[in-house]
Amino acid sequence: MTDDTIKERIRTFLFKHIKDNELSNDENLFASGLLNSLFAMQLVMFTEKEFQVKVENEDLDLKNFSTINAIDEFVRRKL
Amino acid sequence: MKIELTTEQLEQQEVFRVFVDKEVVPCADQFDKEERLPSELIGKIAENGFLAATIPESNGGKGMDMVTHGLLCEEFGSGSASVLSLFTVHGMLAQAILQWGSPEQRSHLLPQLASGKKIGAFGLTEPDIGSDAKSVQTTAKLDGASYVLNGTKKWISCGQIADIFLIIAQCEGKPTAFLVEKDCPGLTIKPITGLLGFKAAMLAELSIEECSIPQENLVGRIGFGFSHVAGTALDYGRYCVAAGSVGLARACLEACLSYTSERQQFGSLLKGHQLIQQMLTNMIAGIQAARLLYFQAGYLKDTLDPESITASAIAKYFASTMAVKAASDAVQIHGANGCSDEYPVQRYYRDAKIMEIIEGSNQMQQIMISKYIGISARKKGRK
Repeated sequence: MTDDTIKERIRTFLFKHIKDNELSNDENLFASGLLNSLFAMQLVMFTEKEFQVKVENEDLDLKNFSTINAIDEFVRRKL
Repeated sequence: MKIELTTEQLEQQEVFRVFVDKEVVPCADQFDKEERLPSELIGKIAENGFLAATIPESNGGKGMDMVTHGLLCEEFGSGSASVLSLFTVHGMLAQAILQWGSPEQRSHLLPQLASGKKIGAFGLTEPDIGSDAKSVQTTAKLDGASYVLNGTKKWISCGQIADIFLIIAQCEGKPTAFLVEKDCPGLTIKPITGLLGFKAAMLAELSIEECSIPQENLVGRIGFGFSHVAGTALDYGRYCVAAGSVGLARACLEACLSYTSERQQFGSLLKGHQLIQQMLTNMIAGIQAARLLYFQAGYLKDTLDPESITASAIAKYFASTMAVKAASDAVQIHGANGCSDEYPVQRYYRDAKIMEIIEGSNQMQQIMISKYIGISARKKGRK
C-alpha cells in the first residue's frame, strides 16, 4: 500500500465528516475544533476496519490520530 | 437491501423469549415492589450464558453478533427494565475491557464476566456530575505501585450486586478509567431505594475513600477514560437501551391489545373505538421504526462501521422517546386501572422515563446527533 493510498483513504473518510477538500495533511484535526471526542472513537473504528489493524490501549495517544500524516504513519507502523 | 433475521437469530430470539416469559414476566412486578433482583434469577441468567453474550468465544463468551444481542435486550426489556439494566452495565464493563483492557485484564476478567462469576458495573455519574461527565470529581493518584482513589459515585445500576466496577476518575487532571473490586478497603456501597423506575436495578452510591488499587487496574491510558473507555461502554449501553426500549414498548402494546380486547365501553370493545385504534397504531408504527433503527445500529456494529456510534445514539434517542409515548398511551388506555399496581403498564411508564435518562440523557443524544450533522454544515459554509 503506497503512502498516497493510505492518505487518500483517510481523507475520503474525513471528508464524509468535515466536507473540506482543503484539509492539509498537517492540519490538527482536534486542535482546530474540527472534530470532537465522539469522532475520536469513530476514527479508531475507521482505522481498525479500513486498514485491518488493532488499535491497542498503548496506542491511545492523540498524536497517533491528530493529523492525516500522523494517522498514515501510525497505520504504516502497524501494518 | 434485505432486512431479515437469519434462522439462527430467530432461533435465539425464541430462546430468549421463552426464558423471559417463564422467569421474568411472572415476577417482574414483584421485583419492582421489592426493589431487588433475586440472586436465583441472576444465577439462571448466567447458567443460560446470557451474560456471556457479546464476549468472544476465545474469552469464554458466546461471541454473539450485535443484532442477536439486540434481540436479547428487546426480549428482556419487554419483561423487566430492571433485569435489562443488568445486561447493560455488565456488558458495558465487558466491552470496555474487551476494547481497551490489557491482555492480562482480558484473559483474567472476561471469562469471569462471561460465566457470571463476576458481575460488572459502570461508575461514571457522581452526586454533582451527570451529563458533564468529563468533569468527574473523583480523583486517582499514583502512590508507588498503586493508584489511590477518592470520591463518590451515584446512581450506579447493579451497584449492590456488582463484584467489580469501572470507575472514571481524574488522574493527572485527565479523565481516566480504573477497575475497582467491591472488596477494596475504603469502598462503601450504599443501596439507593425509592426510585421512580428501574426500581429493582439495585442502584447504589459508592463512597470511595483512599481506595488503593494495583497500578495494573488502569484501563486504557491516562486521559482516555472518558472519550474512549467510557465512550466504548456508553456506546454499547445506548444500543442496549434502544433495543430494551423497543421491548418495553412492545410490552405496552401487548398489554393494550389484551385489555382493549376484553373491556367494553359504550357497548363495544375498546379496540373498536377509533381514538384507541389511533394510540395502538402509533405504538405499532413506533415499535417497528425503532426496531429498524436498532437493527441498523447492530448491523453497523457487526460490520465494525464507524457510523455505528451515531446510529446507536439515534436509535437510543428515538426508541426511548417512543417508549415513553407508548407507555403513557398504555396508561391512558387502561384509565384508572392503568394507574393501579394490578396492571403492569404503570411500571412500564415509570421505567420508560428512565430510558430517556440513562447512558446519556436524550438531550445529550440530541446534542451528539446534531453536532455530527453540524460538523458537515459548518464546514460546508467555510470559504
